[in-house]
This record gives sequence, structure tokens and C-alpha cells, in this order.
Amino acid sequence: MTQQTDPSPPTAPAEPAARPAWSLQTGPHGPCLSVRGAWTVPHGGVMPFTAADIPPPPPGATSLSMDTTGITAWDSSFISFLWEAKQAAASAGLAFEQDGLPAPAQRLLALLPPNPAPPARHNSHKQNLLEKTGDLTLGTLNETGVAASLALDTTRGALQALHGKSRMRTKDLITDLWNAGPNALLIVGVVNFLIGAILAFVGLVELRRFAAEIYVTNLVGIACAREISAIMTAIIMAGRTGGAYAARIATMLGNEEIDALQVFGIPISSYILLPAILSLSLMMPLLYLYGTLIGILGGFVVSMSMMDVSPVGYWISTVNGVELKEFVFGFIKAFFFGSFIALAACRVGLKAGRSAADVGIAATRAVVIGIVGIIAMDAVFAVMANALGI
Amino acid sequence: MAESDTLISVRDVELSFGPKIIQQNVSFDLRRGSIFAVMGGSGCGKSTLLKSMIGLLRPTTGKILVGGEDYWAQNEHRRTQINHRFGVLFQSGALWSSMTVGENVALPIEMFSSQPPDVVRKLVELKLGLVGMEQAIDLFPSEISGGMRKRAGLARAIALDPDILFFDEPSAGLDPITSARLDDLILTLRDGLGATIVIVSHELPSLFTIADDGIFLDAVTHQPIAHGSPRDLRDHSTIPEVMAFMNRASTIPPTDETKADQHV
Repeated sequence: MTQQTDPSPPTAPAEPAARPAWSLQTGPHGPCLSVRGAWTVPHGGVMPFTAADIPPPPPGATSLSMDTTGITAWDSSFISFLWEAKQAAASAGLAFEQDGLPAPAQRLLALLPPNPAPPARHNSHKQNLLEKTGDLTLGTLNETGVAASLALDTTRGALQALHGKSRMRTKDLITDLWNAGPNALLIVGVVNFLIGAILAFVGLVELRRFAAEIYVTNLVGIACAREISAIMTAIIMAGRTGGAYAARIATMLGNEEIDALQVFGIPISSYILLPAILSLSLMMPLLYLYGTLIGILGGFVVSMSMMDVSPVGYWISTVNGVELKEFVFGFIKAFFFGSFIALAACRVGLKAGRSAADVGIAATRAVVIGIVGIIAMDAVFAVMANALGI
Repeated sequence: MAESDTLISVRDVELSFGPKIIQQNVSFDLRRGSIFAVMGGSGCGKSTLLKSMIGLLRPTTGKILVGGEDYWAQNEHRRTQINHRFGVLFQSGALWSSMTVGENVALPIEMFSSQPPDVVRKLVELKLGLVGMEQAIDLFPSEISGGMRKRAGLARAIALDPDILFFDEPSAGLDPITSARLDDLILTLRDGLGATIVIVSHELPSLFTIADDGIFLDAVTHQPIAHGSPRDLRDHSTIPEVMAFMNRASTIPPTDETKADQHV
């Protein structure tokens, strides 16, 4: 609000603005509230005025009148004060006489409700333990069902695509394949190279004590092929691609793009989910293979500088030490990791709210669910492999 | 007209995105206390002109004088200071979605004044009370309707007691009753706050009710073709495009639609 200068008191402009103050006098029809000074926010114009500030009115008093001749300037803090005075007058049983106020202040005051309404609270009611457990169980079951039906839709779509009958756009698939594959090569390579190098370094330091340095080839090769590369690649992709999927779908939801698809009857599963899930589950095993080889290369580079073995000897030892089944195991795991990340990210995105904050929440949730899920799945795979004797 | 009566002077401003010219030769004065309408068909650059006045888009050439100061010649710090005289209501409210309505209004007050929390709270209640939204203070933007979001945006726009208010399509997407109430609210706030208002709109009834000055931007020639209040232009203008616009005729000129759609 602009500071409005009351035209009536021709005070000298050079005079320093007086602090706002008020006092109550007794008028003919009741108390008279007299205000003076520069009533603005920076001058401390927001001050409390409650019903307790009005002395018990004498019998016959009907109204609280205002005297504003001492006001030099005012802004919203003055309106705030007037509003409180009006409420105080109402609770003291007095009518609020606003004729003494500047006309603009009267107009603003008329906009305000008689009382600040009690704020509408969110519908939050405290749940007891049973309700919470029940909600959680139902939610989990429901979520499992929805995710399963999404997975089913996607699988069906993928089978249709094999027959060339899919309604997926090839262009979308190619874009997604490119984003989930070649675009990730650099970061997957760097991380796996360093992991391989670290494994080789730690392994060499320990194995040297037993004069078993050559087994570092097995250590690096088996660790990378069986576990580390699959997990590290999946974690990178969960953060990189999973988060991106969730954010993209949540934004589309906020822009009503998903609604538009639904109205046209374009199935979300074939338009959005299929390219995303297909590309990540196809690319993840390939990235895993690439990551494993780079990891072994990282181990090789460190070993060459720290141990006495010929390069050819290192490779021969690696090939002899790491069986093909380790690669097959990791390859299969990577496929499931990729499918899981993409499916979880899409589901989280579709379930998101419609605001900017919700997009952030969806991206975070997709990454967290992706990473935790991958590690849990890996544990399950380890148990299964143990039972099957792989 | 006295010098101090002019709050903003726009002088020969040209707006463009790269080689594409949006508007050129835009000149007008914004008088204190007036409600100034920026009119024109869809895509003629109304919102772009507004953006250049509130500091979001630098004009290619020309000057925008705010209180005699060349706005775009100032450094960023000074521009921010000048911006504190502005209150902007964006097209869909542009409330920050991670904050409650009350926090949305409180943020500028907390950032740019050192008032204790209870004072801030009181001011927030007041601003929301002025727009009739005091009951929504603790709700999130996603929990309120489009019309309420707009009013909450208005409460945020007046948070710092600005003396110039910019409204981008204030009544777009509102039903006629809500829209009429918003017009009343704008008029009351103008009188009560003593603010000057710039309004970008093509809602004719609303323009005729509230605006007392204005400029008409043409999408084909990319320049203003008429100045004056919407009522005046409706009753006295002889320019075919303006007549067609003001009277909602669909035929004149036939190329308008296609050309206009290429911009913005």
C-alpha cells in the first residue's frame, strides 16, 4: 500500500515522522480512539489492540469513534490496527464509528470480514495403530496389484511390439534407448573402472601377505561379474534414468498431459511406460557387460603397476578364474534390475501429485525405491543362487 | 500533465525474441492512480510487454522510465529495489506450491523487512482478509480452487504495499460472477491502496468496467495502433482492427488469427 498522506494536517515535511501512538478519550457517545503519528510498518505500526484495552464503557455509551487528525501517513499496518479495534469494539458491545477515517481506509476496512475466520485445517485426524496397520497393508496390497498390472500391460505391449502390432512410437523408443544406453556409457565406465581399481588395490595389499597376489584376477573378475558391476550400474541408472522418468511423468501429470492421453484413449502403458521400461531393461544388461569389462580393466591397470606379472598372464588368469556362469548370472540380474527401476519410477511418477514440490518428491522416491529395491533383489538372487548351487 | 503524475514512461520500446520482432515503437505514459489496460488479440505480445516492464525481459531498444529512472540501465541490485514498488499477479497465480497460502504471502515480508513473526502473521492475515481469503491461510495451493489461487496471488502481490500493480489476465479462467467480484476488488484496492494498476487482458466486460486508459497492440503490424481507455476506443475508434476487437466481430481482418498464432 502506498503511504498515503492525509491532506488535512499541513505538517512540515522536514519534521521527522513521529512514531504511531494511540489514546482513548471519553466522547459524547462513548470512548473515542485518537491515533497520531506516521502509522507505517517500518515505524512499528503493527501493534495489538484488544478488547481489554477499552475500559468498561459508561452506561449509555453506544459507539467507539475514531479521531485520525493526528495521522501523518499510513499503510497496511494502520488498517490492521483498525481491524483489531473494530473487533475489540464489537466484543465490548460498541458500534464501530468509522466516519472519522480517511475514505480509502474505510473502503479497505469494508473488505475485511468482521472476525478473522478460524483457519480451515487440513483434514488430519490421528490414526490409531490398528488403522495405520490396516491402511499400510491395504496400501501395499493395492500398490502391488497396480504395479503388477502395469508390468502385465507392459509385457503384453512388448509382445505385441514383437509382432509389429504395438502402438508404441518407434521414435520414443529410440530416444529412450539412447538416453538409457549410450548416454550413460561415460559415467558407468568411470564408476566401474574405479571400483575395479579399488578392489584390485585392496585385494593386492591383503593377498601379498600370503604370496597369493595372482588371485587378485579372480577377486576382481568374480566380484565385478557376479555382484559389484550389476549393482553399481543399477544404482547409477536408478539415480540417472529412474529419477528422470519419475520427474518427467510427474510433470506430464501436472500439465494435464496424462489426462489428455486418457481422454484420447491412448493407453499410457504403450505410450509412456513401454518405451521407458523396454529401453531400460534392454540396455541395463548391456551396460552391465560393459561395466564388468571396464571394472576388470581398472583392476588390470592397478595390478600392472603393483605386481610382477605380464599383461598376458593377467588376462589368462582372469579368463581361467572367472567362469561364464558368473556373467550369465549378472546378466540376468541386470535385466531384472533394469525392469524394476523403470517400472518403479513410472509407477511413482504416475502416482505423484500435481505441483512442483510433488515432482521433486516423486523423483526422490523413485531413486530411493530403486536403490533399496535393487539391493533387496540382489539379496534374494544370492539366496536363490545358493539354493541352486550356481 | 505534471511530471510527478507519470509513474512509468515507456519510450520507443522494441521487443523481440532473436530476429523475430514482437512489438516495436511502443510508447505510453502510466499516470498515477490510473488503471491502464494493455489490449490486443492473442499472441500480439501483451504479456511480453508486461514482462519487460517488470524486469523479466530486456527490451531490444528503447527505454522504460520508472519514476524518471531508466529501469533497464540500472544494475541488477537497483532493479530489484525498484521491483519492490511493483506487485505482480501472474496469470495462474504462480503461488509457490511447497508453501501454504499464508507462507506465500509472508515470504516477501519476511525477506524484505525485519518484522517479528507475530507482526508478519498479522500482516498476512490482513492481506488475505482484504482479498477474502483469510480462511485459507494454512492451506496449500493445491488444495484451493483456481479463483482462490488468483486471489491469494493478489494478496501476495500487495504484500509489500507496492504502488504499482501488474495483473496478467486476472479474469482468465474465472466464471463471470467471480470475475466481476475480482473487478470490484481491483477497483476497491486501487482506491484503498492508492495504487496504480497495469492490466493485461482481453476480457472486454472487465476492461470496460475498470480500465481508464490503455494501449492497443496489433499482432500484424507489430506495433500499437491505438491509445485510450477501452470504453473510448469502443465508442469512437475508427480503426477496423480495434473496432472488430471491441465489438467481438469475427471477420475483420481475416489474416489476424493465423499471423498472431506464430508469436509468443
